[in-house]
Amino acid sequence: MKIAKHTYDAVIVGAGGAGLRAALQLSESGLKTAVLTKVFPTRSHTVAAQGGVAASLGNSTEDNWHWHMYDTVKGSDWLGDQDAIEFMCRKANEVVVELEHYGMPFDRLDNGKIYQRPFGGHSQNYGQSPVSRSCAAADRTGHAMLHALYQRNVRAKTQFFVEWMALDLIRDADGDVVGVTAMEMETGEVSIFHAKAVIFATGGAGRIYYSSTNAFINTGDGVGMAARAGVPLEDMEFWQFHPTGVAGAGVLITEGVRGEGGILRNAAGERFMERYAPNLKDLASRDVVSRSMVTEINEGRGCGPDKDHVLLDITHLSPETIMKRLPGIREISIQFAGIDPIKAPIPVVPTCHYQMGGIPTNYKGQVVAPKGDNSNTPVTGFYAAGECACASVHGANRLGTNSLLDLLVFGKSAGETVVEDIQSGNLRLKPLPDNAADFSLARMARLENQKDGTNVHEVRLAMQRTMQKHAGVFRFSELLQQGVTAILEVAEQAKTTEIKDKSMVWNTARMEALELDNLIEVAKATMISAEARKESRGAHVRDDAPDTPEFPNGRRDDEWLKHTLWYSEGNRLDYKPVNLQPMSESVDPIALATRTY
Amino acid sequence: MTPNKGRMRWHCRRALLELDLVFARFLENRFDQLSDAQLVDLQDLLDIEDHDLWAMVNGSVPCPEDRWMPLLSMLRDSGTQDDSA
Repeated sequence: MKIAKHTYDAVIVGAGGAGLRAALQLSESGLKTAVLTKVFPTRSHTVAAQGGVAASLGNSTEDNWHWHMYDTVKGSDWLGDQDAIEFMCRKANEVVVELEHYGMPFDRLDNGKIYQRPFGGHSQNYGQSPVSRSCAAADRTGHAMLHALYQRNVRAKTQFFVEWMALDLIRDADGDVVGVTAMEMETGEVSIFHAKAVIFATGGAGRIYYSSTNAFINTGDGVGMAARAGVPLEDMEFWQFHPTGVAGAGVLITEGVRGEGGILRNAAGERFMERYAPNLKDLASRDVVSRSMVTEINEGRGCGPDKDHVLLDITHLSPETIMKRLPGIREISIQFAGIDPIKAPIPVVPTCHYQMGGIPTNYKGQVVAPKGDNSNTPVTGFYAAGECACASVHGANRLGTNSLLDLLVFGKSAGETVVEDIQSGNLRLKPLPDNAADFSLARMARLENQKDGTNVHEVRLAMQRTMQKHAGVFRFSELLQQGVTAILEVAEQAKTTEIKDKSMVWNTARMEALELDNLIEVAKATMISAEARKESRGAHVRDDAPDTPEFPNGRRDDEWLKHTLWYSEGNRLDYKPVNLQPMSESVDPIALATRTY
Repeated sequence: MTPNKGRMRWHCRRALLELDLVFARFLENRFDQLSDAQLVDLQDLLDIEDHDLWAMVNGSVPCPEDRWMPLLSMLRDSGTQDDSA
C-alpha cells in the first residue's frame, strides 16, 4: 500500500492555545510548520477557559514573580519542579504583553493598563493577602486568546491540516522521534508527516471520567500516542475535581449556588454537611465538600436508582431569587438534568476538570525520559506543551489561571527550543524507518477486520464508570486495588472494539474507536499510579493517609516527594526526584511546608 | 448542495461541553429527520462561535435569524431528558 508522505521542519499536533503559540514561534522564524488538528483551531477546548491568565504585572495591586512562584509551588503541594515554576512565573509578563500586542482584547483599567482581578490561591507577600493577578477578557479569555493566536498564525503562514487525526509517533532505531502518522477524516486515508521535530499540544484527557467538565474532544490523544510509543507518563494520579457538576452530564454548577444558600442532601434528605463541617457546612472548601459527597455515596446514602449522586437543593429559595440571581444555573439544570431547581433539587457529583500529569518535559518543552543515570534525558525530536505535558508546574494541584499561562509560556518555549535545535544543526531530518506507518496501519486493519468485538460506547462507559468509582476525587485503598483489576479488564475489552460502519469518509465511529485507544492508556496510567502512591498530596487524597500531627494532610515527604512515571508496557512504574532547586542560583528554593490556606 | 452528513456530525463536536451534550441528543433524536433545507441551516448554525451559539440555545441572547428558530428549538428540546424518551 502506497502511503502519502509530507515533509516539514516541524509538525505540531493540536491547535489549542499551546499548539498555536508554539506554531507561531516556528512560523515567524521561517520554519516550514504544519499543525494537525482534529477540529477547527478555534473549536479547541481552550475556548472554555474563563478565569483568565496569571501574570504579576502589578497593575491593580503590588506584585512580583517571586510571590507568584511561591503560590504555585505551594499550590502544587511541593510536587512541582521549581526550575520550571520559576521559568513560568518569570516569563508570564512577557507572554501576556506579547498577546496584548497580537490584539488580545484584555479588560482595561481607566489608565489603559490591563485590568487584573483576584483569584483563589494567588497572594501577595508569600501568602499574606490576596493579590489581583488574573488578566481576563470578560468571561471569554480562552476564546479571545485562541482567536488572537490563530489570526497571527494565518499571517505567519502556518499550514493547518484541519480535521486530521494524528495516530502514532514514529520513532527510529535510536528512539528519536522523526514524525507522526495521521488520518485525514475526509478520506479516511493514512499519511506520514516526516519532520525534524514533533510538538504535542493535544490537551487533556478528562473524558476518562464519567463526570467531566471537559468537551468530548478531550480524549488525551497525544498522551495516549506517547504511551504507546514507549514514553512514560508523569504524575497521572493527579486530577483536579470540582465538587458540583450535574450528575450524568458534568456541566459545572458554580460555588455561587451554595453561596446563595444551596444545601447538599443525601437520599434521606439529610443536610449531611452538618456532620462533616459543623461550622461552615455547605460552604466548606472544595476538597472537604467533595470528600463528604463521595463518603455519602460510598456508604450507600447516594440518590437515584444507582445511588450515585447527591442533591443540591435550592427549592427553599424564592422563585424570584432563583430567576434573578441564578438564571444560568436554572437553565443548565433544566437542560442537562431535566429538572427545574425551583421545583426539585439538582443531582450533582464531584466532577473531573483538569489533568495535572502528562508527557514529561523540562522547562524548554523537550520531552524527557530516564536513560542510564539521567532520569531527564531529552527524547530527540520530541516536544510537548500545555495540558498534555507535565513540565511540571502544577505538581499535585493547579492554581486557577495558571493553565492559560502554562500553555502560553511552554508553547512558546517548546517553539523556541525547536528553532534553536534546528538552526544550530542539532536537529536534522533523519531518515524514516522502513516500517514507519506499519503500526498505525495494523491498528486500522485490526479495527476494520474485527469480528464479534466489543462496542466502543459500552467500553468507554465501562472505563468512565470504573475511573469515577475507583479513582475519583476521594480515594480508598481497597477501591483502588479493585480498580486496577477492573481497568485492566476494560483495557482488554478495548483491544477488540468493533465498528459496524466501515465507510472511509467522515466516519465518526472510527474516530471514536481511535480516541478510545488513547483514553484507555490514560485511564490505566491514572489508576495504577494512584493505587501505588500511598500518601495524600494535593488533589490525590486517600482514606488510608489521613491528616495526623506527624504527617499533616497525610503528605509523606519521607517516601513520596517524587514524581511517578508509568510505562504502558507491562504497566511498569518508576519514580524520579522532584526538582526543588529553582532555575537561577540567585533564587532561593521554596522550602517544604504544610499546605494550609 | 446538500452538505455531507458525516462531516456535519463531526462538526457537532464543539469546544464547550454544554453544546456537546445538546448536540449529542440532537444527533440521536433529530438529525436524521432533517430536510435538505434544514441541513443547510444547520451548517450555518455550526459555523457560529461556541459561546454565541450556546447563548442562543439557552435563550440568553435572541436568535438573529428567523430561519434558525426551528433548529434552535429542536436543540433546546432534544437537550432535555424529558424529551429523550
